[in-house]
Amino acid sequence: MNYSYYSLPRVSSDATIIWLRNVKVWFKLIGPALALHFGEPLIYLFGLGFGLGAFVGDIGEMSYLTFLASGLIASSAMMTASLEGTYSVFTRMVPQKTYSAILATPIEVDDIIAGEFLWCATKALFSGIAILIVASLMSAVTGSQAILIIPIVLLSAICFAGPAIVVATMSSGYDFFNYYFTLAVTPMFVLCGVFYPISVMPDAMQYVVQVLPLTHSIELIRPLISGREMSNVGLHLFVLIAYSCLFYYVAVVMVRKRMVV
Amino acid sequence: MKNTSIVVADNLCKTFADKKVLQNVSFEIDTGKCFGFLGPNGAGKTTTLQLIEGISPPSGGLLRVFNLSLPGHGRQIRGKMGIVPQIDNLDPDFTVLENLRIYGSYFRIPKKVLFKRIDELLDFMQLSDRTKDKPDNLSGGMKRRLTIARALINDPELIVLDEPTTGLDPQVRHLIWSKLRELMSQGKTLLLTTHYMDEAERLCDQLFIMDHGAILEKGNPQDVIKQHVEPYVVEARGDLAAATHLVKSVKRVRLETVGDTLFCYCAAPETIMPLLEGCADIQLLSRSCNLEDVFLKLTGRDLRE
Repeated sequence: MNYSYYSLPRVSSDATIIWLRNVKVWFKLIGPALALHFGEPLIYLFGLGFGLGAFVGDIGEMSYLTFLASGLIASSAMMTASLEGTYSVFTRMVPQKTYSAILATPIEVDDIIAGEFLWCATKALFSGIAILIVASLMSAVTGSQAILIIPIVLLSAICFAGPAIVVATMSSGYDFFNYYFTLAVTPMFVLCGVFYPISVMPDAMQYVVQVLPLTHSIELIRPLISGREMSNVGLHLFVLIAYSCLFYYVAVVMVRKRMVV
Repeated sequence: MKNTSIVVADNLCKTFADKKVLQNVSFEIDTGKCFGFLGPNGAGKTTTLQLIEGISPPSGGLLRVFNLSLPGHGRQIRGKMGIVPQIDNLDPDFTVLENLRIYGSYFRIPKKVLFKRIDELLDFMQLSDRTKDKPDNLSGGMKRRLTIARALINDPELIVLDEPTTGLDPQVRHLIWSKLRELMSQGKTLLLTTHYMDEAERLCDQLFIMDHGAILEKGNPQDVIKQHVEPYVVEARGDLAAATHLVKSVKRVRLETVGDTLFCYCAAPETIMPLLEGCADIQLLSRSCNLEDVFLKLTGRDLRE
């Protein structure tokens, strides 16, 4: 029997062991983590929400603060999963050799990666809920249906964790991540409708951003935060799930190729 | 295959990007003994261990560990194996105690059993007073002891150690050796790689001397020494031309010059020592031949990087 790098990923409860390891490390650094998760949205919502909001007024019958808060919840899921999937995964995979230590036990690569995806989703959820709390306190959230963002944030994080981990496996050092953040993450942050509705962009550009997952994540989260009717839910979910499945598979294959030689 | 074999390798091959690092390596490892892989850098020692650990898949040949085939049974095999890597990879975010607890969780060891075993292992490796320290605050010797303790967390039948004492001071090396012998007396099987000939001579029941991805020689250390080198060697430094002239006519003495030293391998030093002692410009050292002499004879004196 030969080892196959391309076999379907194995998913088992062993993933939760890796997830728990990451949770335990996170709890050791809870102070700076909370400062980041609550501090960043506070600054964005105060600064841009009130500052820029005074000029912009309402967008599509919702306050700019609400518009921005919903965009930030989606983009924070992207940012959290992207940072965790690149810098943290690379640290554990290469300089810290944590994966090598774990692979000397019954745990296998597939379990590690499943655990990392779970953890990326969990961390994004912390961040998303922190923004939700801050936005609620600023009266930017309408209605209790907002809590339904939880599965959307989890799905979004899983969607962005995959490409980030793939980038980590291709990297020889931290500087390499500049490519990914400059060419993929930042463009999505700026272009996908976090700060302004994509309908104001030229037609061609609107088609382009429809391909990007952050657009669909925002389209799902924004009506839940503002209490407006949702549209094209199936399409948006399909795009996020398709990206998630594809990159989950590619991420597992790439990490196998890097760790199992 | 003997039913006492814990590892059986038959014509194992491993290729990395068209480079053959293991070529048709065959060996058997018996239960309850200490086996050592010796070889220069790049000989294929670590690769052999990684194949046995089920971490790296072989490119060819057959491999069975605990009577289970590889690849395919890595999980089950590693569940009964303790692995000490060449480079410590302790979790820097966790304390000594947490490192052991987290590692135990990877084996799904029940908490009660785990906590009791951790206490025993901390005591065994003399780390009981450092449980709250992070690895960065430990000395090299302590890190190594913690790594070994970690490898014993699942009470393994087979312990695989890749250069267990490289870079450690003599006190720690002797401590680790005595602990490894204690493990052997408990019936554990040990498999190690080393660059230290004294370590191999002291610990190993059986040796595999490797070079260029192949096993050159196998056997008990004393037998290997007897088979390949003379019982004694006189090392001479200084005026080598004069020394060589003095001893070259003596029968049954094998001479080898390396750098500034003349090695005179012989059955009894008394046959040549008196000749050399008369020479003023020569420093002499007479000693028994050891594994290092065998090793250098078999693998050559060229540098390996």
